[in-house]
Amino acid sequence: MSLFDFAPGREGYYGTYGGCFLPEILTSTIDELRECFRACKADPAFWEEFRAVMRSYSGRPTPVTYLENLSRHLGGARIYVKREDLNHTGSHKINNVMGQGLICKRLGKTRVIAETGAGQHGFATATMAARFGLRCKIYMGAVDVARQRPNVFWMENLGAEVVAVEDGQRTLKDAINECLRDWVTNMADTHYVLGTACGPHPFPEMVSYFQSIIGLEAREQIQENAGRLPDRVYACVGGGSNAMGIFQGCLDDAGVELVGCEAGGFGPGPGGHASRLAYPDASLGVAQGYKTYFLQNEDGNMLETHSIAAGLDYIGVNPILAYLWEQKRVRFEAATDDEVREALRLVMRTEGLIPALESTHAFARAIAEAPAMGRDEIILINQSGRGDKDIFTVADAIDDRAWKQFIRAKADQYGA
Amino acid sequence: MALESYLRERLARKPLLVMTHVVCGYPSFEENLRALEVMAEFDVDLVELQFPFSEPSADGPRFVRANQLAIEHGTHTRDCFAFMARAAQRFPFKLLMMGYYNTVFKMGEAAFIEQLAAAGGAGLIVPDLPLEESGELRRLAAARDLDPILLLAPTNTEARLAQLGAAARGFVYAVARKGVTGSKTAMDAELSDFIARCRRVTQVPVGVGFGVSSREDIDFLRGRADIAIIGTAALAAWEERGEAGLRAFLAELLG
Repeated sequence: MSLFDFAPGREGYYGTYGGCFLPEILTSTIDELRECFRACKADPAFWEEFRAVMRSYSGRPTPVTYLENLSRHLGGARIYVKREDLNHTGSHKINNVMGQGLICKRLGKTRVIAETGAGQHGFATATMAARFGLRCKIYMGAVDVARQRPNVFWMENLGAEVVAVEDGQRTLKDAINECLRDWVTNMADTHYVLGTACGPHPFPEMVSYFQSIIGLEAREQIQENAGRLPDRVYACVGGGSNAMGIFQGCLDDAGVELVGCEAGGFGPGPGGHASRLAYPDASLGVAQGYKTYFLQNEDGNMLETHSIAAGLDYIGVNPILAYLWEQKRVRFEAATDDEVREALRLVMRTEGLIPALESTHAFARAIAEAPAMGRDEIILINQSGRGDKDIFTVADAIDDRAWKQFIRAKADQYGA
Repeated sequence: MALESYLRERLARKPLLVMTHVVCGYPSFEENLRALEVMAEFDVDLVELQFPFSEPSADGPRFVRANQLAIEHGTHTRDCFAFMARAAQRFPFKLLMMGYYNTVFKMGEAAFIEQLAAAGGAGLIVPDLPLEESGELRRLAAARDLDPILLLAPTNTEARLAQLGAAARGFVYAVARKGVTGSKTAMDAELSDFIARCRRVTQVPVGVGFGVSSREDIDFLRGRADIAIIGTAALAAWEERGEAGLRAFLAELLG
């Protein structure tokens, strides 16, 4: 499938999804970015430079791990996991960030801005900025700042300025709006490191391009480890960057089913989740620079969203995935907060892995479906990030008494 | 042509026209109506009625808050059109819908244009809808003699300005500076040059907005632009002292 060979006049469109809807003030900036990315993508040396950076700085290739205990426990398919959690900064976000860092250097810009939900993308961007000598400002919804303090701590200590966004729902979408406002003001020296495969063209293509390193590696590794391609690939979908990353490894293999796992939150019904495609609550719209399915009301104003995982708590979905869903190439499912908590417990106890709450959505669906599959069948899950950052949320969710005692003691120590 | 003829007729009498702005439903439609009455006292020529959107990413903090509160107060697209219809009957100035593209898209372009025409609007300003994406909307609008207003930016290349200028109908909205609405703009030689560049590329009147907030700004624009566009500063005046505040602000600005 040649997703990125656009028909004349349809550049940046995947079926009816995507496009580039920005204020006129950004036209020359986005043109410049698109041209720079085109040149990089056409240059094989650029991809090699990118791979070399990821090898030496982030520890790539990340391995594929066979989950023998979990597979046996479930009694169905054999489950393998692509370990994006083992990247530097603990998630797949670094792939896109280092790639855009190289682009930023080519553009000659000296400052980067980024939105972040769970904080992983902001953390990765702050790291890249420190490494490449760029000034860095991270916008994060105030709600997310409150629930992801450890990442805020690291961003600030890496030299980034973190701004808590108090507008709207004070989550990821509001942080994106704030980035757009910064960008329309400071585009002369600033590159916007958009963290997911959403937003205006060329971002969905560019982010997918850098994240394709996941799928390209995983395709080789699963064939080495399991002897063949998987039957199903599971990835969580917030904006959709890790899913696009791993799915691209098997997009042309008709026998491999691709499953996108969205945030089911409290379950179906407007306002209680962030499932754009798995639940019937979203509709087609144009916001934040692109056309896709959004959780919105009849006036086109966005609904409240909810997820236990800050990184999935978003109103829109990658336009490429919306197209692949419409083409029936990607199946979409949702995992609720409760299912995610259960899945996390099981994976920790059986395999000693701590997936991020975001990634655990993919585990939850795989765990639900694996028992009905044959023992000769193969599942590949993308563990997009590690979960130790979620210690506060997880401790809350499982009501851990010892943890609460520790926090109280710490508070006393700080004189709270 | 209706909007441009209207502007030309007024420009024959006044050297600089004025366009003001209200956010529909903020603080309330009743207060919007009183604001329009004050604007009419000062013979304002055009008013933008902003249809509130939950993701106003081109707006500064004051308008962001106004959009958010208007939605929280239960302002719907249908209420904005009803208000427009009421205002169009009552006031001599022309009204433009201003808002983000999703508001139009969600209703459907054809239905939206029909409603806008029925409400007596003269056109629409949709800052996040680029020219390339507006073909069908422009065709539908033209059929109802409505004008989609294009924005021209100081960051545009000459080629892009020429393309926009040639496609413009009604008037062009020259964005005085980078950034979002509501911050101060330096009225200087650079802006003067930009306005002159806009003039060279289009036949329609040139409006200038973003940061126009003082008597000095108006004096600067007179003789350079055709329309002074005042947004945030008028809302600030209303938020501070209500009707009296807006009246004092407009008196200082235009009196």
